[in-house]
Amino acid sequence: HPAFLLPDCRRYSVGHLSVKERIDMKRKAALVGGGQKRIDAQHKRGKLTARERVELLLDPESFVESDMFVEHRCSDFGMEQDRNKFPGDSVVTGRGRINGRLVYVFSQDFTVFGGSLSGAHAQKICKIMDQAMTVGAPVIGLNDSGGARIQEGVESLAGYADIFLRNVLASGVVPQISLIMGPCAGGAVYSPALTDFTFMVKDTSYLFITGPDVVKSVTNEDVTQEELGGAKTHTTVSGVAHHAFENDVDALLNMREFFNFLPLSNQDPSPIRACHDPSDRLVTSLDTIVPFETTKAYDMLDIIHAIVDERDFFEIMPSYAKNIVVGFARMNGRTVGIVGNQPKVASGCLDINSSVKGARFVRFCDAFNIPIITFVDVPGFLPGTAQEYGGIIRHGAKLLYAFAEATVPKITIITRKAYGGAYDVMSSKHLRGDVNYAWPSAEVAVMGAKGAVQIIFRGKENQAEAEAEYVEKFANPFPAAVRGFVDDIIEPATTRKKICRDLEVLASKKQVNPWKKHANIPL
Amino acid sequence: SQTWLLFHHEQYNSQCDQDLSENGHQVCNEAVCVGPAPTSKSYLNMDAIMDAIRSTGAQAVHPGYGFLSENKEFAKRLAAEGVTFIGPDTHAIMAMGDKIESKLIAKAAKVNTIPGFDGVVETADDAVKIAQQIGYPVMIKASAGGGGKGMRIAWNDEETREGFRFSSQEAASSFGDDRLLIEKYIDNPRHIEIQVLADKHGNALWLNERECSIQRRNQKVVEEAPSTFLDSVTRRAMGEQAVQLAKAVQYSSAGTVEFLVDSKKNFYFLEMNTRLQVEHPITECITGLDLVEQMIRVAKGYKLLHKQEDIPINGWAIESRVYAEDPYKSFGLPSIGRLSQYQEPLNLSNVRVDSGIQEGSDISIYYDPMISKLVTYGATRAEALSKMEDALDNYVIRGVTHNIPLLREIITHPRFISGDISTNFLPEVYPDGFKGHQLEVGNRRELLASAAALYITAQLRSQKVLGNLRVSSTPVECTHWELCAELGEGLYSMEVEVDGGKVEVSGQWNLASTLLPLTINGTDRMLQCLSRDASGQIVLQYLGTSFKVRVLSKLAAELNSYMPEKVAEDTSSILRSPMPGSVVAVSVKPGDTVAEGQEICVIEAMKMQNSLTAAKQAKVKKVHCKPGETVGEGDLLVELE
Repeated sequence: HPAFLLPDCRRYSVGHLSVKERIDMKRKAALVGGGQKRIDAQHKRGKLTARERVELLLDPESFVESDMFVEHRCSDFGMEQDRNKFPGDSVVTGRGRINGRLVYVFSQDFTVFGGSLSGAHAQKICKIMDQAMTVGAPVIGLNDSGGARIQEGVESLAGYADIFLRNVLASGVVPQISLIMGPCAGGAVYSPALTDFTFMVKDTSYLFITGPDVVKSVTNEDVTQEELGGAKTHTTVSGVAHHAFENDVDALLNMREFFNFLPLSNQDPSPIRACHDPSDRLVTSLDTIVPFETTKAYDMLDIIHAIVDERDFFEIMPSYAKNIVVGFARMNGRTVGIVGNQPKVASGCLDINSSVKGARFVRFCDAFNIPIITFVDVPGFLPGTAQEYGGIIRHGAKLLYAFAEATVPKITIITRKAYGGAYDVMSSKHLRGDVNYAWPSAEVAVMGAKGAVQIIFRGKENQAEAEAEYVEKFANPFPAAVRGFVDDIIEPATTRKKICRDLEVLASKKQVNPWKKHANIPL
Repeated sequence: SQTWLLFHHEQYNSQCDQDLSENGHQVCNEAVCVGPAPTSKSYLNMDAIMDAIRSTGAQAVHPGYGFLSENKEFAKRLAAEGVTFIGPDTHAIMAMGDKIESKLIAKAAKVNTIPGFDGVVETADDAVKIAQQIGYPVMIKASAGGGGKGMRIAWNDEETREGFRFSSQEAASSFGDDRLLIEKYIDNPRHIEIQVLADKHGNALWLNERECSIQRRNQKVVEEAPSTFLDSVTRRAMGEQAVQLAKAVQYSSAGTVEFLVDSKKNFYFLEMNTRLQVEHPITECITGLDLVEQMIRVAKGYKLLHKQEDIPINGWAIESRVYAEDPYKSFGLPSIGRLSQYQEPLNLSNVRVDSGIQEGSDISIYYDPMISKLVTYGATRAEALSKMEDALDNYVIRGVTHNIPLLREIITHPRFISGDISTNFLPEVYPDGFKGHQLEVGNRRELLASAAALYITAQLRSQKVLGNLRVSSTPVECTHWELCAELGEGLYSMEVEVDGGKVEVSGQWNLASTLLPLTINGTDRMLQCLSRDASGQIVLQYLGTSFKVRVLSKLAAELNSYMPEKVAEDTSSILRSPMPGSVVAVSVKPGDTVAEGQEICVIEAMKMQNSLTAAKQAKVKKVHCKPGETVGEGDLLVELE
C-alpha cells in the first residue's frame, strides 16, 4: 500500500488509508451520487443530475459546496451498511453566483434513494438557509425527491418541519424560489408552497399531496400523475405553480434570467441593470391602442411590452387567472413589478383567482422593495353565486389589502375603465398611490353608464338621453382629475417617459406602516 | 405637395370604424366614419359614402384604387350631386369596366386582343362547354373584378367547375356582381402595362410601361419601370395601341392598359384599368410626372401639359408590395395582428413608402393585406435593386407575418436580376413553395457569429448591475467564450474571440434596438433581432429571412443533449385554420367519411376563399366551427379519427 510512502499523511488505522486518500475518495463518491447507472437512468428520463443542474444554474466555477461529507444516520433496515451510505446524502447544497450575484442553492439528488429526505438531507438544507438569512441572499431549491426517507420515519418528518419553519422565517427576508424538476409529493409540497415562486418543468415534474393510487383508493377517481399534479395542472388550474418550462435546461437558463430581476434581500434595493432603451422613448403606438368602443377588448400585454425596457417582461402565472397580468420588467434598468387588468379575458374583471394572484405578487414586490406599476382597465368584480359562494369578498379583500399595505413606490395608470370598488382596489390614490395617471380614454365611475342610468332613472323615460348625459359626465377622466384622484391626464405615448422620471424621484421614498406584530391579511 | 394632401384627403375622407380606431391617417384634414369594418357595409356602401361627401361638403372625390374606384354607379351618383369624380367619365368606366365590351372596343380600335371566347357564363356546365371550345388551359374571372381577384386557371373540366364556383362566389362578395368571363390562358406570359394619360380635349399620352410579371395567385408582388424586356419599337407599338384605345373611348384622366406579352414580344390586350394603379409611383419616378396632380388637372378640364416627346425614361424604379402575409404558405396567405413595432426605411435616400398604417395599427381580416408600397429609385436598375435590398433590410415590421423574406429573395434572384421573368416566376423558381433564404457556408458563418456576438453582449450586460456593491469582485467577464449554436438540423460549435478572431463582428450592440447594423468581416450588414429569450433562442432577420438560432454555452449544449424531444401533435387527424378569417362553409358533419383531399371547409380571409382539405381518408370525429364564425390562425376546425 502506498500510504506509508507519504510521511506527511497521517495514517488511519482502519483500512490503512491516509486521510487525504479518504477525503479524495469521499469527494469522488459524492460527485457521482447514486452511481453511473442511476445517473444514466436520470438522463433517460430527460432529467439532469443534481450537480449538472447546479452547474448550469450558477456562474462557471462559482459553486462552493457545503456538507459534501454528510451522511445519513439511519441504522435500521440495513441502512447502516456501507453500500447504503452516500457522501453528501441525497442533496447537493452550497452557494454560488448568478451573474456575479450571491445565491444559496440546494439540489435534491434523485439518484440517491430517489432524492428522499433524511434527517441529514434536511439538516443540509437548513444550514444553507440559515446562512442565506445571515448574509441576506436568495435561496433557490431544485426539487427532485420521492418524499420522506421512510426508513428514518419521524426523523424525516422532523426534517421537513425544520425546513418549513425556515421557509416561513425567511419569507419576506430573502427571496425563495422553488424549481420542481421531478416528483414532489406529500408533505414535501409545503416547502415550495411556502416559497415566493414555484416553477415547474413540463412533463417531468409533479406536485401533489397524494398520488393517483391513493386518490383511486380513497375517492375512486381515475387520474393520471400529469392530470393530478403536472405542470399544466398547476399553472392553469390550481395556481400552485407560477410558470412552467419545457425542460431542465430551459428551466435553469430561465432561472438565471429571472434571478436578475430580484433584489438579494429585503435590505437591498431593487436592482438596476445597464439599460439600452432610452428612458424618454415615446411610445406612439399607445395612442391608438385603446379602442373607441368601451366594450371592445385589447391586449394589456401590448401596452406592457411597449412601455417596459426592451419589451422584456417576465410574466408570472401567464396561464392562470388571465384576467389579471402580473410580472417583472425593468424601467430604465430598474426592476419593477407590473400589475394590469387584462381586458382580453373576462373583460379584465376581478374575481377570486385574479385577486389572489395579484395580491401575492404585490406583497412580494412590497416585501422586496420592488416598485409597483399598475395598469387599470377594470369593469368591477365578477358577479354571480359561484364567486359569492367561493368568497370573493374575502379573496377580493386580499388584493385591496396588499395594495393598501404596500409602501414601495406605486404608480398607477388608468387606461380605460376604473369602475366601482375595483377602482379603489387597483392601487388608487386613496390607497397611497404615489403617482396616479389617467389616459384620455379613462373612465372613473361607480359603474358603466347603462347600469347607472337604470338605477338613477328607474322607471323613467328617456333612458337613452340620460345615458348620454351620464357618459358625458362620467365616462372621462375629469371627475377623478378635478378631485385630485388622478394627478394628471397624460398622452399615452408619454407614459414610459413619465414612469421612468417618477421612479427616479420615488427611489428615495420612505414610508412606514404603524408598528404591529404582524398584520392580519384576510386569508 | 398640395396634390398629395388632396389625394389622401379625398381618398380617406371615407373611412370606416376599423380605420378610425387606428387613427392612422395623419394627412387627413378630416375623417368621416362610413360604417363598420366589413367592406360591404363601409367602403362598398355607396349610401354611406355619399353621406360622407355631403357632410364634408367635398367638391371632388378621388376614389383611390379598389373599392368603388371603377364603379360606374358611383361615378353616376357623384355626377348627379354635382361632385367631380377625379377619374374618367362614366361612359369610359362602363366601356372598359365590362371585360366583354372592352375587348370589342379594343378590337375595333386595332388593339391586339387575346384569342378566346367573350360572353357571360351562367352555370358550371356552360363554363365547361365554353372552356372546351376554347381549349385548355382557360382562365375564369369576374367580369367586374380587376387584378387577380376572382380569377382562376383551369386545366380540365373539373377545375373549370371548381373555378366557376369559387370565382362567382368571390366576385359576388367583392364586387356585388357575379358575372364571369372565360378566355384562353396564355402560358408563360409577361404582364406589362402601359400608363396612359388623357384630357377632355382629345389629347392622350403614353407614359411608358410597367413590368408587373412577378405575381402570386395573379396578384402583383414586385413591379418595375421600365421593363427589361421591351425594346423601343415594341414600347412604342404598345404605347400607341394604348393611346388608340384611350382615344376610342374618349378617355380622360389617368388609366392603365394591361397587356400580356409572350416570349416573342407579341402583345395582347388584357384589360384597361380606369383608375390610378397601386403601382403608379414607379411611373412617377421615371417620368417625373405627378399622376394625381395630372388627374386633378384633367378633372378640372385643363389640357395636358406635356407632349409625347416630353415623356422621358429617367432611371429605374422598383416597387415591392409589402403584404401582411405568410410567404411560406402558397407564396402568401393573409396574416393579421397588431403592428407592435413599425418603422419604414425612410432614413434611406431614393426610397418612397406609401402606406396607410403606423405603429400600433391593426391589420384586420376585412381588407387587402397590403402594408405598404415600397418604391426605390436609381439611375440604373442595379442601383434601384441595391437600394431595394437596403430598404427591405431596414424595414421594421413586428406583430404580423410579412412577405419581406420573399421580396428580398425575388429581387436578389439571378433570374430576376437578368430580367428572365414571367408571371410563372414564383412557381418555377420555387416549385416546392418558398422556403426562405438558403444559407451558404459563408453566410451561415456570418449568421452564427452575429447570433453569438449578440448572445455574449446580452450575457455581459446581465452582469452590469449598477450601484450594487454586493456583486462579486471577480466577475465572470472573459474574452474567450466557447459556445454552441443550433440552426435548423445542424449543430455548430464556435469559439468567438470578442476582440477579433475568425469571424469579426462589430456593431453598436444596442440590445433595445430593432435594427442591428453590423460589420461582419468587413461587410456592412443590416440584421434585425426579432426576439431573444432566456433559453438562448435568438431569432435574427438576416438577408430578409428570419432564422432561429439557439446559442448555448458549451456546458448547456452538452446537457441539452439529454433533453427529450417533445412529441409533436399528429397533424393528419386535425384540421387547423392556416390563417385568420371567417368560415364560409363547412362541408362535413361528425360521422362523415372523407377521402384524402376532400374539401372539409372553406375559410375566407381578406376577400380570398381557401378550400381546406382532408390530409387522409378518415371519419370526421368532431366539427369545431360553424359557417359565419371568425377563426384565428391555428384554431382547431375539424378533428378526424
